[in-house]
Amino acid sequence: MKSLEELRKIREKAQAELQLRNSEAKIKIIVGMGTSGIAAGAREVLKTLVEEVSKRGLKDVIVTQTGEKGLSSAEPVVEIVEEGKEKVIYGNIDSKKAIKIIEDHIIGGKVIKEFLV
Amino acid sequence: MGVRLNVLVCSGAACLSAKSKDTKDALLREIENHNLSSEIQIIETGCMGPCQLGPVILVYPEGVFYKFVKAEDAKEIVEEHFLKGRPVKRLMYESDITKEVVESHKEIDYFVKQEKIVLKNCGVINPESIEEYIATGGYEALGKVLTTMTPEQVIEEIKASGLRGRGGGGFPTGLKWSFVRSANGDEKFVICNADEGDPGAFMDRSVLEGDPHTVIEGMAIAAYAVGAKKGYVYVRAEYPLAIKRLQYAIDRARESELLGNNIFGTNFSFDLEIRIGAGAFVCGEETALIHSIEGKRGMPRPRPPFPANKGLWGKPTLVNNVETYANVRHIILNGAKWFSSIGTETSKGTKVFALSGKIKNSGLAEVPMGTTIRELIFDIGGGVPNNKKIKAVQFGGPSGGCIPAEYLDTPIDYESLVKLGAMMGSGGCIVMDETNCMVATAKFFLEFTCFESCGKCVPCRIGLKQMYNILDKITKGKGTLEDLEKLEELGENINKTALCGLGQTAPNPVLSTLKYFKHEYLDHIEKGYCEAKECRDLIYFEIDPEKCKKCGICARNCPVNCISGEIRKTPFVIDQDKCIKCGNCYDVCPFDAIDKKSGVEVSIIKTEKKSIIEKAEEEYYEI
Repeated sequence: MKSLEELRKIREKAQAELQLRNSEAKIKIIVGMGTSGIAAGAREVLKTLVEEVSKRGLKDVIVTQTGEKGLSSAEPVVEIVEEGKEKVIYGNIDSKKAIKIIEDHIIGGKVIKEFLV
Repeated sequence: MGVRLNVLVCSGAACLSAKSKDTKDALLREIENHNLSSEIQIIETGCMGPCQLGPVILVYPEGVFYKFVKAEDAKEIVEEHFLKGRPVKRLMYESDITKEVVESHKEIDYFVKQEKIVLKNCGVINPESIEEYIATGGYEALGKVLTTMTPEQVIEEIKASGLRGRGGGGFPTGLKWSFVRSANGDEKFVICNADEGDPGAFMDRSVLEGDPHTVIEGMAIAAYAVGAKKGYVYVRAEYPLAIKRLQYAIDRARESELLGNNIFGTNFSFDLEIRIGAGAFVCGEETALIHSIEGKRGMPRPRPPFPANKGLWGKPTLVNNVETYANVRHIILNGAKWFSSIGTETSKGTKVFALSGKIKNSGLAEVPMGTTIRELIFDIGGGVPNNKKIKAVQFGGPSGGCIPAEYLDTPIDYESLVKLGAMMGSGGCIVMDETNCMVATAKFFLEFTCFESCGKCVPCRIGLKQMYNILDKITKGKGTLEDLEKLEELGENINKTALCGLGQTAPNPVLSTLKYFKHEYLDHIEKGYCEAKECRDLIYFEIDPEKCKKCGICARNCPVNCISGEIRKTPFVIDQDKCIKCGNCYDVCPFDAIDKKSGVEVSIIKTEKKSIIEKAEEEYYEI
């Protein structure tokens, strides 16, 4: 280590890896991964969401999964839980819509009405 | 796909001995079978704390906490939780009060009520990854110190923080640093005392296993402050995993040029070596430890001169404990003001305790100074299991004392514990319930210190042995009232005259139990009665003929065939002369028909037959 700057560069890179263990996350994106969800393509959606979050370096956001949500007709289902806000549930999501959720809702802060169930 | 789950598998020594490695391997296999390797990362961490529940794993981002995870459970966890998102309820933690499954570790009292500084990274990062340590702000403090602060400023900061030695005595750390800084010498050394030897103590081991870099960084900062170029970590050989992880961390730090020459491009150079001790308790005493590093026999010498002036190879040397060093980087980064805002008037910061004995959640817990003993034992430790009543708490290991239940609301700090006849020690905390005999407890610790005495000074070598003999006599029901006076006199004299801390503090367990539990000593002596029914010579077993169902299970399990009776016809009876008091019958009786008793009746039942050995013993006890 030749300088503090060098250390800080390593730190920034390494911090991304630890992001998942940040328990202070403010926004939770939850994907319904029950049998019907997976059959409807929830894994792809989950994959896209995880990739987008890490690609854009979004902090305070975690992507997680849950079991059957009882909304089989609207699978894959994505739920956004944010501190101090009402929970939002989107239905019939695919990878393309998932990117839009990240762009408009998570970053832009706007609820996408046409995706709501 | 990016990583979406971090699975933290505790690889502290306790979980490892509960086979957490098998669990980890099974998880890895299942993850591979389901093609999830690219999205799920398994990380081996240091001790998470709740050792009782091991092997434990923690799954992020949700923070799902699993306990008792066996290799067989891996399939279910991967298929249900990792794949389908349904956490496996049967392996999750249940609340003690509501009996409901707790969704996240953030809702578990054991975790919530702690305040972690020293253990902040333990159980969170991979101890073998220097990158993860750096990600948590690691080595930033060293960089800050080297590039922006003078050694004097560092010492002032540590002084202002109020940090005191975490190894036992509680000497102000900043002051010690300033002594070494101002001592004359062409060469100076820093030493980390990791010779943790108290029965029931494993704080330092867990820090070294779970976050070794934090100790390395603390030592490097100390070295800069006192003007040393070379450091040693003295670890006992019984800690193979701690040694392995620390050595690995030292090697990585060297590769990253965080140890070695011209660190951070400054003219500060520092390197570190491990010295492995052979596990003698006395080597935790700083002068004995220094002798041991020098390759000599580990024996203490009188102080002064203190190591700060004449230490390793006669040069000024700083000796601090693992936990003390682990606090340093946090003080540098967050400031002395922040640190001194935690704790009490005289004791700042937090303290790590190793909870053991009769306690539900045995394991590691870090709390702010000033937390009451009750909060530590009940809120975090979960209290005493099996609906037993708490009797006493032993702080400070063989150098400490037993604090009775009446004082549970005492805030924990250096002064209040000493006032009660115990001491902070390094943080061992053993809980005792009504089945623990306090005389036997005192005897246990004395046996330990007798065995560990180096033999150099008379008070410790001979005096402790005499104290032990008296205690042994009392637990066998052969003590006299004079013995109690002798115990006190011996204890006080040894305390004043022994050469080192081991001897000086060794009588504490006896003196503190004599102070608070004198009635138990008197019961043993006057009535041959052991309240806790622990002292084998003072108890006997008896079958209640009313309750006996004549099944004969007791007789079948008796190793010396001293129980007689006829199955289904007559109640069974124990022949007290033959009985060796193993307690088998008591344990196996399905009808609780067997009583464990203690008291005068023993002498009535047992015929007065004294063996030659017993007579010889009695003569031997005449001091």
